[in-house]
Parts: sequence; C-alpha cells; structure tokens
Amino acid sequence: MSTESYLRIEGINKSFGAFQALRNVSLQIDKGEFVCFLGPSGCGKTTLLRLIAGLDVQTSGQIFQDGRNISLLPASKRDFGIVFQSYALFPNLSVEENVGYGLRYQGQPKRDVEKRVKDLLELVGIGEQRFKFPAQLSGGQQQRVALARALAMSPGLLLLDEPLSALDARVRVHLRNEIRDLQRRLGVTTVLVTHDQEEALTMADRVVVMNQGTVEQFARPMEVYRHPSSLFVAQFVGETNVMSGVVESIGKVRVGGRLLSFDANPALPPPGALVVALFRPEDLALRQARSDAENIFEARIESIEFLGPFFRARLCLGHSPEERLTADFSANSVQDLNLEPDRVIVVALPPGRLRIYPINIEKELPA
Amino acid sequence: MSALDQIALLAGFRQKVSNDVLVARGGLALLAAFLTIAIALPLYSVFSRSVRDNEGVFVGMRNFGRFLSEPGLAVSVWNSLLVAIISTFLTVSLAFFYAYALNRSLMPGKWIFRGIAMTPLLAPSLLPAIALIYLFGKQGVINGVLLGHSIYGPLGIVVGEVLFSFPHALLIITIALSTTDQRLYDAATSLRAGPLRIFLTVTLPACRYGLLSAFFAVFTLVFTDFGVPSVIGGSYPVLATELYKQVIGRFDFPMGAVAGIFLLVPAIIAFIADRIVQRRETAMISTSAVPLQLKPNGVRDVVCFLFCATVALTLLGILATAAFGSFIKFWPYDLSLSLRNYDFRGVDSTGWYVYINSLKLAGWTAFLGTPIIFLGAYFIEKGRGFGWFRAFAQLLCMVPLAVPGMVLGLSYIFFFNNPANPLNFVYGTMSILVLSTIAHFYTVPHLAAITALKQLDREFESVGESLKVPFWVTLRRVTIPACLPAILDIWTYLFVNSMTTVSAVIFLYVASTKLSSVTIVNWADWGKLPAASAMGMMIFATSSGVWFLQVVISRRLLRRTQAWRER
Repeated sequence: MSTESYLRIEGINKSFGAFQALRNVSLQIDKGEFVCFLGPSGCGKTTLLRLIAGLDVQTSGQIFQDGRNISLLPASKRDFGIVFQSYALFPNLSVEENVGYGLRYQGQPKRDVEKRVKDLLELVGIGEQRFKFPAQLSGGQQQRVALARALAMSPGLLLLDEPLSALDARVRVHLRNEIRDLQRRLGVTTVLVTHDQEEALTMADRVVVMNQGTVEQFARPMEVYRHPSSLFVAQFVGETNVMSGVVESIGKVRVGGRLLSFDANPALPPPGALVVALFRPEDLALRQARSDAENIFEARIESIEFLGPFFRARLCLGHSPEERLTADFSANSVQDLNLEPDRVIVVALPPGRLRIYPINIEKELPA
Repeated sequence: MSALDQIALLAGFRQKVSNDVLVARGGLALLAAFLTIAIALPLYSVFSRSVRDNEGVFVGMRNFGRFLSEPGLAVSVWNSLLVAIISTFLTVSLAFFYAYALNRSLMPGKWIFRGIAMTPLLAPSLLPAIALIYLFGKQGVINGVLLGHSIYGPLGIVVGEVLFSFPHALLIITIALSTTDQRLYDAATSLRAGPLRIFLTVTLPACRYGLLSAFFAVFTLVFTDFGVPSVIGGSYPVLATELYKQVIGRFDFPMGAVAGIFLLVPAIIAFIADRIVQRRETAMISTSAVPLQLKPNGVRDVVCFLFCATVALTLLGILATAAFGSFIKFWPYDLSLSLRNYDFRGVDSTGWYVYINSLKLAGWTAFLGTPIIFLGAYFIEKGRGFGWFRAFAQLLCMVPLAVPGMVLGLSYIFFFNNPANPLNFVYGTMSILVLSTIAHFYTVPHLAAITALKQLDREFESVGESLKVPFWVTLRRVTIPACLPAILDIWTYLFVNSMTTVSAVIFLYVASTKLSSVTIVNWADWGKLPAASAMGMMIFATSSGVWFLQVVISRRLLRRTQAWRER
C-alpha cells in the first residue's frame, strides 16, 4: 500500500441504472492538500464526493484513506466531515447544539464539549452567535456554522459540496480566503466540489477537471490554465479562441490563410493532421508596427467592449467567420493607442501560447 | 483486504451493513407487514369471497349474475350513482363560490365563515340527516315547503350529503385557488380582458385540476357514505345500505362481497383519475409566482358576503336544529328545554358506555396511529436503497384512500373472522376497531407526514452519519421536533375521524364495543331522534373540544419548541 498519498481512489465506476456517472476514475490526494473537483453540472463531481463519504456505493473500484481500505465501509465508519450546499443545519437546534451534535453523542463530558464548541466557533469567527438558531443567521454565518460542525470531530478529511454557491458574490470571495486560511492552519486534507472555475483556480492546490464521468486533467491551477490537457479543459476553464487548421510541418500550423508557429513537442500530431489551435484572448499582444517576425499579423477591430479592468475586442482577420478572434487589452493600452472600431492594428501571438489539439473524431467540435 | 471483502468485491458492491441500516430496514419491513395485514390481505378476501358461495366453493361470476338479477340490488347501483353525481355537482359548485369568496374578495368576517364551513367535519354525517328529519320529516316544523314531497329518499340523501361533504370540497378548492399568480391577472388586464373573460381564461383554468380533485373526492365520499342514507334514505335503496342489509340482515356474504366490489370499483376509478389529475397539476405551479393583490370592489364583496352568509347560516341552522332537538322534551308537542335526552340510560340498555367506547377508540387510534403513520412515512421517505420496496410500501399507503369504509369493514369480517387466521382472536375486540380505523384513515395523514418530511433538508441524515450519530438520534432530536406541527395535525385528524366514523366499524363492533356513532344509527332507525341527536351533539362537542385543545396546545408548544422558525 502506498505511503505517500492520503486518499487514493482506484478505478472507480458508478452507474445509476443505464446512466454511467463515473468511468474508471483514479486519483491520489496528498495529506494536507486542498483539491477542487471542477466540472459542469452532471459531470460526476458530486457523485465522486458522495462515494468518498460513503453516502453512495460505487459500482466497482476501491477507495483508500490513510492506508485503510474504506471501499465498503458505511459513512458512519469513515473519517470525514462534510459541508453540503444547503448546509443542512438542524433548524431546531441552536448554533452551539449544531456544532456539538456529534461530540455530545460520543459521551464526552459536558464541559469538554462546551469548550471545544466555543473554540470551534471562535475559530470560524462567530463566537458571539452561539445561542442563536440557524434561521436567525445570515448565509455567510450559516456557512461558518456548517464548517465548524464538520470540523468538530477533528476529521482527517474535509469534504465541501459547493459550499459557497448559495452566497452572494462579495461574501463568496471573502469566505473563499477564510476557508483556505483555515484549511492551511489546520492542515486538514480537503476536497471541494465546485462548478465555478475561479473558485477552483484561486483556492486549490490541485484541480481535478471532470467531464462526463471522467477525469480530464488533475494538475496545479496554473498548469490547468496554461497547459490544458484537452480541448474540453481549455474551453471550460477560461476564455479561448478556437480555430481549426492543418499541421504543415513540425512547429507550423496553417490556419485560414496564415502559417502560425507553435512550440512543438513529440506528442503532437504529425504534419498533415487536422487539428484545433487555441489561445487565450489575453495572449494577443499589441505591436506598434508590422514586422516579418513570427505570428505577427494585422487585424481590424470590429467592436470593443469595456469590462472594467480591461477591454475585450472582437478582431477580424479576413472575411470568413473562422478568422474572427477575441482579444483582451488593458485599459491603458486601449486609451494610449486610441483603439476604436474599424481601426486596423498589429497583434502578435507568442508561439509558446498557441496550443494544438488533435481533432477527436468521436467528440464533435463544440461550436 | 479480507477474504470476505474479496468476495463482496466480486459479487458486486454492497456496503457493509451498519446497525443504522439494519434498524431502518427492519422498520420498513414492519411497516410493510402491518399494511399487508391491515389492508392488502383483507381486501384480497373481498375479491376472493365475491367469486365463491357461502360454503367457499368457487362459483365464478355466478354471484355477480345473482346480484344484477335481484331488482333491489341492481337498482341500488344506479341510485347510488345518481345521488352521488347530483350531490357532487351541487357540493362542488357551492364550495367553489364559497372558496372564491374567501380567497378573492375583501368581504368582512372571512375567518368566521372559514370556521363555520368546517363544522360538519366535527360531527358524524348522521347529524345533518337527523336535523333534516326535524325540519322536513313527517312531524317537521317546515315540511310544508316540500309541497308534499317526502324528505325520506333521494331528496333527503342529496341535501344531507351536500351538507356533509361541503367542507371536504372547500378544503381542496381553497388550496387550488390560493396557488395563483398576480402577474397573470396583470397581463390579462393589460391586454384589456374584461372581468368575465379573466375569470374564464385565468381563474378557472388555474384551478380546474383542484375542481376535478374536489369532484372525485366528493363523489367517492357520497357514493360510499352509509350514515346519511341509513337515517334519511327511507325505502330508497342505495349501495351502501343494501350492502349492510345483505351482510347484517341476511348473512348473505357472497352478495355482500359483490356489493362491496360495486362500491369499490367507482371509488378506485375516481382515485386513479385523481392521481392522474394531480400529477398534471404539480407542473403548473411556478415557484416564482407573485401573490395576489386584491382591490376593493363593492358589488363583488357584497355578493360574496351574502352568498357566504346564506351558506354559513344554513350550516349553523342544521347544527342548531340538531342541538335544539337534543334539548327538547318532546318534539314537536312540548318544546320546553331539558337534559332528559342526555340520560342515555333511559333510552335502552346502552347507556353512556358507548360514548366511553368511542373515546377509547379515538384515543387508541390517535395514540397508536400517529407513530405508526409518521414513522412509516419516515422510513419510506428517508430510507436509502431498497427503492422498489419503498415504492411498494408507498403504494400500500395510498390504497386506503380508494377503499370505502364499508368495504374495509366487510373485508375485516372475511379476513379476521376466519377461524384459520391466527389473528382471529382480535375479532370482536376493541383492537380490531382500532386497527380498522387506522387503516381506514391511513392515507391522508400519511401524505401530510410525507409532505412535512419532504420540507426538511435531504442531508440531515447524512450529516448525522458523518458525525457518527445513529439515525434514530437524529430522528428524535431533529426530525420529530421539526415536524411537530404536522404530527399534532395527524393526531387530531385521527381522533376526530375515529369519533365520527360509522362505515367500517358498523360491521365490526360487538355489544361490549358498541360505539356512539353506531348507536346513533340504531336510535335513528328506531325513531329515537332526540336521544340520537343528543349523542350526535356529544360527539360534536368532543371533537370540537379536542380540535380546540389542539389549536391551543400547538400554539403554545410551537411558541416554546419552534422558536427557531422566527427570524
């Protein structure tokens, strides 16, 4: 049995009747790590969380926690704390009774339970709300109570099922940091399920991107963003320009009428292959003048919209819709260069930012 | 991994069974066993007896042939249908306008009208029938208005049934009318629709499913009712009274079984139709609906008030007549007041113990039925796994709504009076009355419990499990306290219905377990109307008292235990 990973998931499959929710999922999560399961709704991320908790049973495959095979254990015999999307706070019990719910049943002396509950509530920053009922608290406060309750039994694993999605945007960003700080302080291994890519990228040590019951990529946030392992990941995480093309020679791809360079590596398709070329809107850089250097071309600004810290421009390269691109420019450069619709500008695409994926015949290219 | 785990892996994944799961499955199995004994098996015996002769020999459809060839029996089916359809149309129309006035007008005194409309629920269906005899019977004070027609027969049955079933229809239609959306009315008004057009295109379509539901409910209620026709039906045969005659008068059990099936089939059809209608209805309610804002409208409010006042005064008048009759020395010759009619020892050898028996039945039914029904709903709603088994139990819980009380009572004779049945010993005891009454009224409180449980967060049990607390602790500390208002409602529903019920128990009582509601039937039959109405008033007073007590207790209890509901 491996000693390095705290939670090991091996070849998990889960079917609900004819529907296969998870297909051959394997993961290894280290002790103290903060991992986010990210994916669109129905991708299986919550199902995987419920299997780890033992609230559902996998169709096949195994789960190990801290070297122990927990595949067949009921939830009550596993070692985890959980926060649900709805928080599931007991409405008729006070904050204090909610947090002490499990401790009290364990038969610990009343004074110890009270002390521990008090400490936990102070840890999550709502010590003064102890005697209130959940309905008397704000959404953010309820969230903290749920967190304190999940941590009460000092679990080895903390499971969070979309814990922030019921909150408004400002509270959400604030709580994100708090949860992350708390997790670092306690060092508890944590799995958070979310469909919000920003949440996953900012909070996680590593992100598991899931799609249709499979793991598409399991990597650090920067890696997921910069080097998405598949077309799906590239399109799900962040904005992307998608163009189809043909590999012309090693490191050269023909897109529309242009030949673009990219950083080649041996895993990429050979010359002649049909591919998809992708890059992020912010990777297009403005140039003062034309040059014959690689990946520099002219474009006409079709429209430009203000998005706060930056502007998003629709660029037109030729006449076909294939040759329309999205580019993000900083507010400063838009003002300095006086960019406006119908201006023709020069842009450069660093070869390192252009990513090439083989066209998967089975999966249709998304429009 | 142990060898056992290896086998488990090969055999497909089964989680190790914790004590929690064992207890929950045990509970579910107990519930299924209870429902099978209390409902499924007895019901089967009705079908089985309908195709056998009195000696138990299989005779195919011969009993049905005999039933249809006997003139009195065949005609009773048509009479029942006719009376039920006429009563249903009248009741649903009256209840619709009453509910409309309560929901869509700004007339004064709404809560009084609401309260008065509910009073028939607190008395047996026999009471309005007795009051009708006082008013329109042979010695009735205003029998002149009938212009020589007799109240004994279809006329009396229809009027009595309308009075009795009115609150049932009102409850259903009120709910349908209260789920509406102001935006639809704003849109209609902005499109320049007039009041009549708005009524026909917005109001009616929105509650058409509720109206259909009320229609089916009232039809079943009237078609299967025994109380009203037995008191005021005279020589007009309807199915329920014929069934009683066949079984109790002639001991012709095969004929009783056939009559039972004729009673059961329309009830089942109405039940299934209602299920289909309700399934459609759920799709119509939008969660983002804006509540209705009523604007003052003098004409509408005056018309509504006058209509409601007429209906309410009629209902009160009926109740007052029965009450008055019970305090009169000798109707209609000596109208001085006395309590003589309440001295039940003077009527026959029955005395007060029938009233005590009714209290016992109501008490036991409420005290045993409430935990059985609530826990049953809990295991069905909150159980995990065993999906098909829970669906089966849920189906069994729905069956009693489709089974008329007369048929249930008959089925209990067949099932429990069989010497081969090991449960034979309950026959002729209070236990069988309690069992039949719980079974008879099972569905409505079951649905109330399911609704209350559905309103709780799905994950309470999961949280409890993650904190290593067994489910029964979470049930005791969270689920039951959070559902307390619904549990009190269930208790009261069972108590009040046990006090007033006649249909199932009329086949099952013996001399020592005779109930007051049954006694009223007998006394009315023997012409002892003053004593019968006095007994009816006792039931009404008890039901009202318990209902009032529940309102007071629950309000006080809620203030203490449900502080969490306040924000």
